[in-house]
Amino acid sequence: MSEPLLVLDDVHVHYGVIEAVRGIDLTVGRGEIVTLIGGNGAGKTTTLRAISRIHGPSAGSIRFEGSELTRLRSDQVVDLGIIQVPEGRHIFPSMTVAENLEMGAFSRRRVARRRLAEDLEEVYGLFPVLAERRKQLGGTLSGGEQQMLAMGRALMAKPRLLMLDEPSMGLAPQIVQRVFEVITRINQAGTPILLIEQNAQMALNAAHRGYVIESGAIVLEDEARALLDDDQVRKAYLGEE
Amino acid sequence: MSSPVYRFFEWLDARLEPVRERAPRVPVPEPVRQRWQQGGRLWRRLGPLRYLVAAGLMALIPPLMERGWFPILNGTYGQTVLFNTGYWILLTLGLGVVVGLAGLLDLGYVAFFLLGSYTTALMTHSGAPGQFHFVEWPTWAALPFALIVAMVAGVAIGLPTLRLRGDYLAIVTLGFHEIMLEVMNNLGITNGPRGIPAIPTPSISIGSFHYDFGLNPAPYWWFLLIPAIILAVIMVQRLDGSRVGRYWTAIREDEVAASAMGVPIVKMKVLAFVIGASTSGIAGWIYATNVTFIDPTSFPLLLSVLVLCSVVIGGLGSIGGAVLGAILVQAVPEAVRQLSGGNTLFGFDPLTGRIAIFGAVLIIVMIYRPGGLLAARRRRTEMVTPGPESGVVVDDASATEQEVAPADDVHSAGGRST
Repeated sequence: MSEPLLVLDDVHVHYGVIEAVRGIDLTVGRGEIVTLIGGNGAGKTTTLRAISRIHGPSAGSIRFEGSELTRLRSDQVVDLGIIQVPEGRHIFPSMTVAENLEMGAFSRRRVARRRLAEDLEEVYGLFPVLAERRKQLGGTLSGGEQQMLAMGRALMAKPRLLMLDEPSMGLAPQIVQRVFEVITRINQAGTPILLIEQNAQMALNAAHRGYVIESGAIVLEDEARALLDDDQVRKAYLGEE
Repeated sequence: MSSPVYRFFEWLDARLEPVRERAPRVPVPEPVRQRWQQGGRLWRRLGPLRYLVAAGLMALIPPLMERGWFPILNGTYGQTVLFNTGYWILLTLGLGVVVGLAGLLDLGYVAFFLLGSYTTALMTHSGAPGQFHFVEWPTWAALPFALIVAMVAGVAIGLPTLRLRGDYLAIVTLGFHEIMLEVMNNLGITNGPRGIPAIPTPSISIGSFHYDFGLNPAPYWWFLLIPAIILAVIMVQRLDGSRVGRYWTAIREDEVAASAMGVPIVKMKVLAFVIGASTSGIAGWIYATNVTFIDPTSFPLLLSVLVLCSVVIGGLGSIGGAVLGAILVQAVPEAVRQLSGGNTLFGFDPLTGRIAIFGAVLIIVMIYRPGGLLAARRRRTEMVTPGPESGVVVDDASATEQEVAPADDVHSAGGRST
């Protein structure tokens, strides 16, 4: 059997002397949604930043389709097709919705204009609310719309692996539901997703497999369905007695 | 954090808060704005021809000054002010790329101007007897060197500091300017505080035709400043509309998002910084050849602050703003001084006291027109639309998750300061 799409092998990340991630092993297969759940400060975002080479790792290996990411710069990681939707959405507030989406295609410098227009329509098809507001400034959108925009922008890069950092953060439950529907649809169209969430219930419902991270180490790993039934997970993350 | 000074400013800031809140964003009156836009459309319809028209109109200023057509600033005196305003426009345009387009705070911008000037001086001056002299090249030959030295210095300063987030660049550039002053003050070949005299003026010789620029500022305006300003304007316009300009906007607005999109942040920042530095270097060449004598006091730290001042007052990222800012910083104080008949004005010499006046003007402009007097469209919207972290747009008041101390996240949150 060939190696999964993304392989993290004994990854450590330090902030100065503090070790935030202590030897994580994690894989994402083709076509999968894999979720990494855990509480505040467990090391979820740190892991993601290590993959996208924004910070770290200090030790270990991260391979994507056979290329070693630890040797690359963050923009080279993006060029490989690993696209991150950062926590807190980070849309460009004074660019219009359309301009935000065009920025997403940055990593595809040599793509023809016509091709981009088609992709733009595709994203508008997935997020009709963005099509309605294409001329509106990003900063004037609601939180949910901004999350849609951030995801749409990532899709413009034609990701081969999409990494979502806390897509549910700060959103009303109804909007969270919608966001996760879209995540499932993106995955069904063939994009593998690494999903980082505090909202374990939603994440595990959408994902195929899951990892639970605590204090920088993986404490559990299983099929998402199995984790949903796991006593430890139910107690710690799903708020059940 | 709790020093009395800090607390005082906190207190002052809190007192000013209601003033800022109530301050109306003074809009341009509608009929004026419409006229202005109509004019702009007509102007743009001229296409590339408009640069020629602009150059022609600019070329008319010195002869009109000879005839006394201008209020106050006339004759050779007026032309000198014109020259000063001219190289200042060049500096403001260059720094506008760094501050206005890429959003980097450069507080030592004039250091590159100094380097351009000193390079020119060292390569061309004949020197007093017994004084060190280097090569005695024609003035024109020094131009590429002034450019290259400023550029290399830009890379050398930019590459290490632009990797860091936050305001390191501001501090490093400030220090760089001071260091350059010290170096020029103490180096043997620069003749220390005595400066370099006898920098030759440019001349043109084609066959039997010979034209020397001389000491009068008019030829510098016609043959050096006008082309340089027009080229700089074209450069800024092209950059602003290009992909690179879009990436700068992205970096300025949200560095995290830009890097998530794969924008090579450091490369783009260094590019902006170096473009600014080279513009400054060329301005230095023009300056040195006209004044023919430079010493460290020609480039005080204050000059860097004043250039920044004209960028911010005029309007970040806008060309009209750069021109207006340069006029406000260079020409207006001169005119005021002239009006006051060389006397002080309320105890101020307008030219040396302009710093205090600009402080007040800057505060007023920032309250009533936060993007500057002639702000670029996008900048204007940046000043009024809430950023992603302002909390206005977030549905729930949920706290941001803080992972283990990535301290730079905190910086990026409030990083859109002017």
